[in-house]
Amino acid sequence: MSGNHPGLSNNFSRSGEKFSWSKDNLRSIKNIISKYPKGREQSAVMPLLYLAQEQNNNWISIECIETIAETLNMPKIRVTEVASFYSMYNTRPVGENLVQICRTSPCWLRGSNKITKTICKETKCEINDTSDDNKFTVVEVECLGACSNGPMVQINNDFYEDLDEESTKKIIDNIKEGKPNVIGSQKGRRSSENA
Amino acid sequence: MSDDLIKIKVNQKEIQVDKNLTVMQACEIAGEEIPRFCYHDKLTIAGNCRMCLVEIEKAPKLVSSCTMPLMEGMSIITNSEKVNAGRKGVMEFLLINHPLDCPICDQGGECDLQDQAMYYGFDKSRYKENKRAVDNKNMGPLVNTIMTRCIHCTRCVRFATEVAGVPELGMLGRGENAEITTYLEQSITSELSGNVIDLCPVGALTSKPYQFKARPWELKRTDSIDIFDSVGSNIRVDSRAEEILRVTPRTNEYINEEWISDKVRFNYDGYYQQRIDTPYIKENQKLSISNWEESLKVLKDKLKTLKPLALIGEHVDLETGYAIKKFMSNYGKDNVECRTDNHAILESLDSYRFNTPLNDIENADLIILVGTNPKIETPIINHKIFKAYNNDAKVFNIGENISLNYKTEYLGESLSNLNNENIIKALKKSTNPLIIIGSAFLNKIKNIKTLKSIFSYADKYKVITKEKNNLNFLNPYASRVGQLIIGNTTNNLCEPFSNLKKDNFELVLSFGSEHIADEQFNNCFKVYFGHHGDDGAMGSDIVLPTPLYTEKNGTFVNIEGRPQEAKKCHNPIGSAKEEWSILKKLSDELSFDFIPNTFDQLRSELFDKHPILSDYHEIIVVENSTSITPDIEFEDCKAEYPVSNFYMSDVISKNSVTMAKCVDEIISTPSLLEKSA
Repeated sequence: MSGNHPGLSNNFSRSGEKFSWSKDNLRSIKNIISKYPKGREQSAVMPLLYLAQEQNNNWISIECIETIAETLNMPKIRVTEVASFYSMYNTRPVGENLVQICRTSPCWLRGSNKITKTICKETKCEINDTSDDNKFTVVEVECLGACSNGPMVQINNDFYEDLDEESTKKIIDNIKEGKPNVIGSQKGRRSSENA
Repeated sequence: MSDDLIKIKVNQKEIQVDKNLTVMQACEIAGEEIPRFCYHDKLTIAGNCRMCLVEIEKAPKLVSSCTMPLMEGMSIITNSEKVNAGRKGVMEFLLINHPLDCPICDQGGECDLQDQAMYYGFDKSRYKENKRAVDNKNMGPLVNTIMTRCIHCTRCVRFATEVAGVPELGMLGRGENAEITTYLEQSITSELSGNVIDLCPVGALTSKPYQFKARPWELKRTDSIDIFDSVGSNIRVDSRAEEILRVTPRTNEYINEEWISDKVRFNYDGYYQQRIDTPYIKENQKLSISNWEESLKVLKDKLKTLKPLALIGEHVDLETGYAIKKFMSNYGKDNVECRTDNHAILESLDSYRFNTPLNDIENADLIILVGTNPKIETPIINHKIFKAYNNDAKVFNIGENISLNYKTEYLGESLSNLNNENIIKALKKSTNPLIIIGSAFLNKIKNIKTLKSIFSYADKYKVITKEKNNLNFLNPYASRVGQLIIGNTTNNLCEPFSNLKKDNFELVLSFGSEHIADEQFNNCFKVYFGHHGDDGAMGSDIVLPTPLYTEKNGTFVNIEGRPQEAKKCHNPIGSAKEEWSILKKLSDELSFDFIPNTFDQLRSELFDKHPILSDYHEIIVVENSTSITPDIEFEDCKAEYPVSNFYMSDVISKNSVTMAKCVDEIISTPSLLEKSA
């Protein structure tokens, strides 16, 4: 595992801008906290980290941590511990599209290496790197749970499955041009039905 | 209580133990030593080092004994092949990333990992990959970090959160990337932070000032007492030749448990700075070097003609105090004063000591702080209040709105806020309330009726009952309770220092009291007995060097009234002489009655006069004073706290470079707690 993976670093940085919850998020926070018993509000730290990440261009800054600590009335170091433990919380800024390529055995057996190479070539960035135009950040991750449709990648919140080099290039091209992509299987399969 | 006992077997030996214990604790009772890194009796159980594996009959795998509760009929095996193999496996994993730098590690010789590797380690590694390296973290001026050595037991994290009450340490990342750090690498802001050094089972957290100074087997160990606050924490002074190299705690479950404050742990470099090493006499407004013969001759002549007053400072032991009292009795009464801060008292012992035994504080369900800041005056007592707070005790504060590491309800500046309806309501509901009256008010009381009213108040609200006395008086000085017991004070109950008829005295003898430099004594001839050159010595006409508490034997009575002995660690610096021997010499020449020829004679005479003091380590028992005045009336006084800077509260700490660094790096940078609150 590389320390450069934006989700696996222990070093957080400041964005330099104040972070305060958006109105929508404030409403969601109230809803989330109400799910936990009184006095156990701190259990909401993980959903709040997700909300903060979403609001803060897909990464957790020190400002986010401090706001969450204040909202949940808990020590800042405790929020930092959680944010650094999980790879899904990015500790530094990432590009507009976070491309997570699955490299675990099933995808790898189906050719995830080629997908990685194609993506790196098309986005012009290395693994764990962000492209110059800030459009893409490419990372390798462990199993994302779509093994029967491998090889697959996750771009922001969407899965793209049954990939080959051609379909991968198309997906990246579409993103570059701002065109919509077909989500899920690129071979026309519905979920994981027999091919 | 036979219901709570269950029968278990440890290595085929049958024993009966409390059912609430863990397997590890039961094994200890059975006399089996279980190796461990993460488990510590004073902290919550983490169970992450896996070193304490034992075999339990019918359990398929080895079990970590520190986390395993007992069950009736359990049969535990701690010495089988399987257990040994398991522990060896754990040790091999622990050593994978641990550097082989014992020869340059400060923990070497007193390292848990080193010791246990002798039993469970292999002679060579099977691991061919690179060891991981971790960046060192800043934890402030006291704790040195070499994080590559860390084995992630998280004792320090749990200590900071649960004992020190400052949740600033944490473990970031996971697996191979796990690292212990403070939030954004800021300094730890606790007054107890040095204890993480003792807790760390490896050399990851070590003492910064002690770095590369000595090996544990070279050091002479002397049992002593912390004299930098009134708690009387038990300490061990480690010295080599004539120099103290470090101070560590001794376990005393009744007082400091296993902790000591950072001040006594780290201010020892101040013991050797600015020391008065030879007598001085003032000539032409300037102190110049003299010798004992000359200075004592001048002093003797002055003592023949002038009327003396003796002031007693905050670090004076009982034997010295007794010698002073005996010497001064030749000049009549009311000429010795230890309450140089105007501390108001009644005659009885329970009006100036901490009446609740310190290890009972945690059982209180309501604590009222009145003009005291326990965090910086007595960090150990603060820890005990923090314990009570964690047991759901409510804490009220009267005086200044101080920031503590637990939540308090602030009620206002004046003493009369004791009649606040919130407090009254809480007192009526509470089953074990506790009041702490601090020096901030005690030193300001002008009318003794106020102090009597406090007793009546405590009586009325069941703070004092037949069984217990939870009305406590807290002052930060190590010498105070003892000196008051032997009667080194004048008969003014309130404002004793302001009321001294100063004009009557022509000669002031100060035993380590800096108040000799006060304006009131400008017309007196001043003699300073002490060890550190500060305001007191600078303004005096004769300065006589005396030894520090580590350079002589002495008895101190702690704030709860427990006499304890501080032993001599090394010889005095320079030509310093013990106070009693100076007074002995003077009284011989003045042909006063002063019998003791040796320190032991002096001590036994003291114990003959005050037999209650001879029972070391036991709390002096007195009857509770109860309602003294029928009506409760509090005067209006403004709180003025005796300690404003924890790291610089006395002459010794003021001369310590380490303490100066603490002020720079901890106090001057805004505290994490303040920001997060």
